[in-house]
Amino acid sequence: MGMRVVIAKPGLDGHDRGAKVITRILRDGGHEVIYTGIRKTPDEITRIVIDEDAMALGLSSLSGAHEVLIPNICEKLRLAGLDDVVVFAGGIIPQKDHEELYKSGVRAIFGPGTYSHTIIEFLTTVSSRKSNGEPTGVGEGIGWRWD
Amino acid sequence: MALGLTSDSKLLDSALSGDRRSLAKLLTRIESGFKPPLPPSNAWTLGVTGPPGVGKSTLIGSMISEWVKNGQKVAVLAVDPSSPHSGGALLADRMRMQTEGTSDSVFIRSLASRNHPGGLSFFIGPMVDILSAAGWSRIIIETVGSGQSQIRIVAFADRILLVEGPDRGDIIQAEKAGILELADFVAINKSDLPKSDMAFNSLVSALELSENSRIDVHLVSGLNGTGISELITSIEEHEKSSKRDILKQRERLLSIWDSRLLSSPLLNDLLHKLNTGSITLEEAADMI
Repeated sequence: MGMRVVIAKPGLDGHDRGAKVITRILRDGGHEVIYTGIRKTPDEITRIVIDEDAMALGLSSLSGAHEVLIPNICEKLRLAGLDDVVVFAGGIIPQKDHEELYKSGVRAIFGPGTYSHTIIEFLTTVSSRKSNGEPTGVGEGIGWRWD
Repeated sequence: MALGLTSDSKLLDSALSGDRRSLAKLLTRIESGFKPPLPPSNAWTLGVTGPPGVGKSTLIGSMISEWVKNGQKVAVLAVDPSSPHSGGALLADRMRMQTEGTSDSVFIRSLASRNHPGGLSFFIGPMVDILSAAGWSRIIIETVGSGQSQIRIVAFADRILLVEGPDRGDIIQAEKAGILELADFVAINKSDLPKSDMAFNSLVSALELSENSRIDVHLVSGLNGTGISELITSIEEHEKSSKRDILKQRERLLSIWDSRLLSSPLLNDLLHKLNTGSITLEEAADMI
């Protein structure tokens, strides 16, 4: 049984071909994918994750604003009590910024050239970690990451 | 199991007291078969259906804004099909509903039809009941109007709005499909496009010839908001038509009947027997 996953485009970045490809990959992998469309604020994304009762949130960013927006969204999720939601990111995110994002609660970062099966494997791992009660969500203790 | 029951009733209590996350989680639980112990509600429901691409979600977005302006709390259950191949689903209706994304007066939930035998018909009633009990005063059920099972889900609403595009030469085909008999209102959307008035006029004159002349037809634009407040007024002032209400009950009954049939434990066995010719269709139906 697949997960409910929200794929979101935060900020003013208008390019969403990548995000749409990801939604297709996840759908074909058996997941229920809710796509938010472009230009969503951190508050809107948090609200969508709540209302859709999603287990995972994928954030796509190509504009360079990931350093600000992604930690902000992670913080808002925790404030809303969504500690168990798993956050992953994708798009154009330079290697030098990865550590900071992992520290903010992101569990995986997928850049250009990622194989589609890798993303599906990540979600499968997430699912089994969750059923084992291992920390995986955005507010569940930083440490584990998908590398 | 006892633990499950306790947490379900806690969820119910906190959803009814206005907690969105509990409400969202409760909807998930209902999809897994939980039936909240609630008295039958007086929910206000509108089903919205129509062919792919006519602008249903955009139109609903405009309608939400109008209702919220009038002080209503609007919940939308947006149904999209699941892939029969992977079981996954792409749920993107909400991206076209341009509403105040964090308004406390709007709740949008995407639902996959899943490969539940019989689709969503087991769940849609309890979902509507819980939304209504939690204070949502306008509840919209949106489906793509392709295929009988999708149309039947819409029949669970007390009012039905059929949305059509301005460029579909075959609006009369909709009449053949039966949805026009169920619909209380028709909106020809995209009035911002050329020739939309021709589509509108042709539908109005076609309906004059039929017994369906009491259907309200509106020319609207979900994109720029033209005609939306008139459409809302017409929906709000809707008088029940017992003829169409009987048809809705019929679709609901058929929907539940199908669901029961398709979830029968005997189903696979009977299908194999039918395939080998050891029983007839009549015999199979009798056994179920």
